[in-house]
Amino acid sequence: MAETILIKNGRVIDPANNLDTISDILIEGGKIAKIGKNITAEASQYIDASNKIVLPGIVDMHVHLREPGREDKETIDSGSRAALKGGVTSVLAMPNTEPAIDSIQSIGILKEIIKRSAKIDVFISAAITLGRQGNQLVDMKALKDSGAIAITDDGASVEDEAIMYETLKMAKKEGLLVIAHCEDRELSAGGMVNAGFTATRMGLRGISKESEYLRVKRDIAIAEKANARLHIAHISCAESVEIIAKAKKRGAQVTCETAPHYFSLTEEAVLGYDTNMKMNPPLRGSSDRLAIVQGLSDGVIDAIASDHAPHTDNEKEIEFERAEFGVIGLETILAVSITELLVKGALDWSGLAEKLALNPARILGIDKGTLGIGRSADITIVLPQEEWLVEKKGFVSQSKNSPYIGKRLKGKVAYTIYSGMIAYSGISKNQAQEH
Amino acid sequence: MAWIRKDLLGLEDLSREEIELILTTAESFKEISTREIKKVPALRGKTVVNLFYEPSTRTRVSFEVAAKRLSADVINIATETSSVRKGETLIDTGKNIQALKADIIVVRHNCSGAATMLARHLDISVVNAGDGWHEHPTQALLDIFTLKEKFGRIAGLKVSIVGDIAHSRVARSNIWGLTKLGAEVTVCAPKMLIPEGIEKMGARVTYDIDEALKEAEAVNVLRMQFERDEKAAFPQQLEYFKQYGITTQRLKKAKKKIIVMHPGPINRGIEISSEIADGENSVILEQVTNGIAVRMGVLFLVAQARDNNGGNHTD
Repeated sequence: MAETILIKNGRVIDPANNLDTISDILIEGGKIAKIGKNITAEASQYIDASNKIVLPGIVDMHVHLREPGREDKETIDSGSRAALKGGVTSVLAMPNTEPAIDSIQSIGILKEIIKRSAKIDVFISAAITLGRQGNQLVDMKALKDSGAIAITDDGASVEDEAIMYETLKMAKKEGLLVIAHCEDRELSAGGMVNAGFTATRMGLRGISKESEYLRVKRDIAIAEKANARLHIAHISCAESVEIIAKAKKRGAQVTCETAPHYFSLTEEAVLGYDTNMKMNPPLRGSSDRLAIVQGLSDGVIDAIASDHAPHTDNEKEIEFERAEFGVIGLETILAVSITELLVKGALDWSGLAEKLALNPARILGIDKGTLGIGRSADITIVLPQEEWLVEKKGFVSQSKNSPYIGKRLKGKVAYTIYSGMIAYSGISKNQAQEH
Repeated sequence: MAWIRKDLLGLEDLSREEIELILTTAESFKEISTREIKKVPALRGKTVVNLFYEPSTRTRVSFEVAAKRLSADVINIATETSSVRKGETLIDTGKNIQALKADIIVVRHNCSGAATMLARHLDISVVNAGDGWHEHPTQALLDIFTLKEKFGRIAGLKVSIVGDIAHSRVARSNIWGLTKLGAEVTVCAPKMLIPEGIEKMGARVTYDIDEALKEAEAVNVLRMQFERDEKAAFPQQLEYFKQYGITTQRLKKAKKKIIVMHPGPINRGIEISSEIADGENSVILEQVTNGIAVRMGVLFLVAQARDNNGGNHTD
């Protein structure tokens, strides 16, 4: 049962409507009914948002929820509770589950679980090839009709160029977004950390930047040939940013995302063999990190997505070379972005709302990411000055493999409103009284 | 200065002073092995566990002899005979050994970083006896000890390391240790065996063996592991010997008193000729002898650090 909620005196940020002003918001029947100053209304709940930032609910377009198949790592229930804690109200679920989301049957299973246990909007991406094996294309039309909005073999690149070309052409016809995981496995085989000095001093095989950006280049070329749209996932290095910038300049229909770890951490962090610093692509050098920050601030990089990749302690607390790749990110995506981008001046609040909500919603073609009147009331209210210590025991996600454990972050979610309901409150009694 | 680390994981982490302290400690222990009764009570009542996940005879025996000459009790665990085979993780195995109230684990593992990880999870001492391609600190320390004995100094010494640098933990530990003490280190190998960025560790790179030997006062010859299953092109054994093998012919162009070292076991006729291995420039067997003293020094220092202050975590 949707309530009437009145949010008072928040700094309301809505880049879609060029809004950055102290304002009230009235929510009725799950929708945003009114935005303006001095709204008076009978509400079942009042939120004092003074000294707080009111953002469109975060749209995280790269999330591994692991269900069906790997419920030991995460479920749609635990993953969506983690999302709410992080201020995330919509996610795109990656299809590398067990089974992979590559058929009407597997989409059916997934939709059933979403219906039963999702607490946020979970959008569906399907695989590009059957079983993500890179050989045989899925039935795109059937998957689209069953509810997929994007296709990706994430975790792997489509090796065969002819298949990639076919993919882009057909996806265009069906109106599906193609998301490319760009990695040349011939070049990255056996790699564990960034190639170069880091790999050498750690005694590990490297994952070169070439293995990423040569594939970025190739996939953009194929997309241009197919005259189709392409979204590139989790870019990590300066060369990728540069290649995408040039492609955009000449009019290629390409968008891209990066993940918080690529603008907040560098390869230095992995030197102690902490498996929570092990992900693919790997943490790169400091000039790469700076290029990612620059790419975000000058608009080459469209979106920030967590690449939330839960793994159990059993898969992480082992020898570095044997540990799984990937880190969780839903609960830290906003705070890391505030700490590293907003506080340091790379993005303002509108810029942050663009990267975290508006742009991913537009790329996915979903009706999210803004605070427009009549829209579903998905709202994240932030305490911008609040500092908090990231602790392993504090995570809601079923897995705890965060690279930020032990670090202090700035910016805490006070409330997450999903579909007109207060779905998460991070405000303590003290804070509630203070404001 | 005092030694405060509970672990010895690599030479990258150590300061010059810490390395020198190990060498001095080792020096004072060397004489013990020449006594009629080769034993002192320094580690009496302590238990040292050799936990070896890779086959190794010489390093394991060297640690065992070192521990016994200090009167420690020694237990050897080889993975073929342990519950590791039944799927126990490294950390669980380590915690079980800790629960047995052992004092020091000497670990050899094929994964880089294994010793670091173990040390992070345990309160007892961990000594790295070789982890993947990462580090083999006691081997480098015994190499440096031997050089210091021969030359009386390390600062300014020109040392060349020849062979498969890319896959060598011995090379990495030697580069860190030698450069910290002020030696000039050159690494030499075919290009495919030189890892990217090695010069940032402080080593000069050359692909020309004659150039590497020309000015060198010592050459450390690494074992070539042709059994390695590498996808990248790897030199053929005979071709390697022809181009990079340390032979009498080749050493004629080097300094007359050049010292030849090898961490063993040697592949005669592959990276080194028998004539050189057994010749007057070779200190290969002295290295083995010195290995005991160095490992006695390391075991003594880490045990003492734990006795004194519970030991600092060194990650």
